[in-house]
Amino acid sequence: MSKLYSGAEIVFKCLEDQGVEVIFGYPGGAVLPIYDELKNFSSVKHFLVRHEQGAGHAAEGYARSTGKAGVALVTSGPGATNIVTALTDAYMDSVPIVCISGQVPTHLIGTDAFQECDTTGITRPCTKHNWLVKDVKDLAKTIHRAFEVATTGRPGPVLVDIPKDIQFQKTNYTKYKRQKKINGKAQKNFNQSEIDTLINLMSKSSKPIFYTGGGVINSGPKASTLLRELVYATGFPITSTLQGLGAFPGDDNQFLGMLGMHGTYEANNAMHECDLMINIGARFDDRITGKLDEFSPKSKKVHIDIDPSSINKNVKVDLPIVGDVSEVINSAIKTIKKKKTNFAKSNKQKISKWWEKIEKWRSIRSLDFVNSSETIKPQYAVQRLYELTKNKDTYITTEVGQHQMWAAQHYKFDKPNRWMTSGGLGTMGYGLPAAVGVQVAHPNKLVIDIAGEASVLMTMQEMSTAAQYSLPIKIFILNNEYMGMVRQWQELLHDKNYSESYTAALPDFVKLAEAYGCVGLRASTPEELDDKIIEMINTERPVIFDCRVDKVENCFPMIPSGKAHNQMLLGPNDQKENKITGKGKTLV
Amino acid sequence: MAKPKSAYSIPGKQGKFDTHIIVVWVDNEAGVLARVVGLFSGRGYNIESLAVAEIDPKLNISRITIVTTGTPQVIEQIKLQLKKLVPVHKVADFMRNDKNVIFKEMALFKVVGNESKRKKAINACKKFNAVILDKTKKSCVIQITALRREIDLMSKSLKKLGLVSLSRTGAVAMTRGSEIFR
Repeated sequence: MSKLYSGAEIVFKCLEDQGVEVIFGYPGGAVLPIYDELKNFSSVKHFLVRHEQGAGHAAEGYARSTGKAGVALVTSGPGATNIVTALTDAYMDSVPIVCISGQVPTHLIGTDAFQECDTTGITRPCTKHNWLVKDVKDLAKTIHRAFEVATTGRPGPVLVDIPKDIQFQKTNYTKYKRQKKINGKAQKNFNQSEIDTLINLMSKSSKPIFYTGGGVINSGPKASTLLRELVYATGFPITSTLQGLGAFPGDDNQFLGMLGMHGTYEANNAMHECDLMINIGARFDDRITGKLDEFSPKSKKVHIDIDPSSINKNVKVDLPIVGDVSEVINSAIKTIKKKKTNFAKSNKQKISKWWEKIEKWRSIRSLDFVNSSETIKPQYAVQRLYELTKNKDTYITTEVGQHQMWAAQHYKFDKPNRWMTSGGLGTMGYGLPAAVGVQVAHPNKLVIDIAGEASVLMTMQEMSTAAQYSLPIKIFILNNEYMGMVRQWQELLHDKNYSESYTAALPDFVKLAEAYGCVGLRASTPEELDDKIIEMINTERPVIFDCRVDKVENCFPMIPSGKAHNQMLLGPNDQKENKITGKGKTLV
Repeated sequence: MAKPKSAYSIPGKQGKFDTHIIVVWVDNEAGVLARVVGLFSGRGYNIESLAVAEIDPKLNISRITIVTTGTPQVIEQIKLQLKKLVPVHKVADFMRNDKNVIFKEMALFKVVGNESKRKKAINACKKFNAVILDKTKKSCVIQITALRREIDLMSKSLKKLGLVSLSRTGAVAMTRGSEIFR
């Protein structure tokens, strides 16, 4: 008779078979049997966080920087509810997370037992799927299925809820055999005629643009390589969403910068005026489109996405292509090579006028700001950080707010999986624990969380995690003492009534760093900034960098309320009266 | 009037609403109905009626029939979102006015009153496959199967004939002819 394993052992057997090396978690009554087995499975390393939300974001950081599923282990009740934010975040940004939660013993379910909550009920709308395991015989199958669902198709979070008695019960375990090409759900795949139509549209277009998103990153590094090949072959301009940054080199001349609410003037205007828009792995989010009725009125729209439900959800498209981004791009490239050997040449002529127009928009230099010799401008801080770290294969995470947009605008990424930010859900407090996860995955790389002082305080306790495991993450706080984005909107929409957006009692971040056993640095003037950044980079311990920046700087350019892509608000240099009026006030 | 201020866009033009019958084949497992219904409530879709029961105990398949209203785009989203759910096998969608599809709902009427009233009530129900399920000296329970609006009408007209209790199901649907939906 084969050996019998307890449910807790099976959990680790499954993790081993799935190639999981790292889990982030926090113990508690309902997962104690699983924690008890930890010592017997040396291939799985556990990282103890300080709050379950941190475990979730760390798993996200791990997943986004490696392309593998991130795994979190939490207890029942508060453990499960604390990770809901991270699961929702992962759901919105399509990050593969497998969350294993403990549950009260099956005979107590439904009795309002201690630390009981309806975990599968609570997480149902924020996971791709979840399971309550009621029979130990189903456990292995369920966990393997969970990994399958999380990592295939459009990735996302899943949760497996395991009652404590199931963790003790024993059963057989048969080794998992990875099937080839499992697709979470069977999907209708694209066909060659759609690719032919695409190539046809591309060769006819005189004002084309690629609009790429996180789908390119999620499709794996190969997708980025193929994307570059396609973009160079066609000579078309390309813009990217917040999540897609890094798929195409940020300093390349064909790259117009990020688009959307705080995107560049040239990217948004090109989106508005184009005659062919090729959306690759993006989802026409409301921060991207601006006013929907006036979104890119003259273009034929192509949408390449692995998720059929993304198509025609917000914007009606002319040619939907459902499939994995790298497969679609690959066949597009093949088709061009086969059928239109002189595509690049014949096309260059056709789109030269388009490029002239784009260069005109570009010459406005919409990311420019008025620099100062007395105070550190936040944009300047990000620019210096970029210049001083760009040759180090740096991983950047962010929190949410102005600093996030400045990071997206001024930090140029040239590789995928280097940029981890909470886009869909906009979770303040994401960046610090995400940096922990990224550093765990890449112990020898430079990992920086570009943070705001308000956001970072939401998950500050994870500095303790970084200290415990000697993870040399760098928390680069653009400290303006305000919830900057809130203040900016209050300035624009609410007559400068800065209601509760100023933090009156901030901690001393340098002392706070020291209290955590980390290193604290501060820069208050532009002269000392470079030296301090270099000092931060050279410190081999976790650092909190308190960068005191201009308190009232706003994030520009911006598509103001109720306006379309071609009606951007530029910075203080903008002479045009472009006030937000009437109906528009509802739209920011 | 003060202008509302918000971080989001104002709604654009709304398309025309159509009534559709969505049929979903699902694994009959714990929580599956909550997943389907939660998808509707979470994304703001309507449910006019709902009927669900296991149809294949061997394969463990349930069939859920949902009557919903929405713009063509919303209906399309409903179908695509449903198909993404892990326990969902297939999704069919019929327009309510589709001649190739049979829709039926069932209703039970309890009528209390003197004999002449009860007779009138039973007569009124006759054209809808009326079945008398229970009879006493004062009351009767009538079962009819009909379309939604016909049941609406009947319940209205039975009020003056002593209708005291009404129970009705959601619609179930099936295509006409030998074809089945795959």
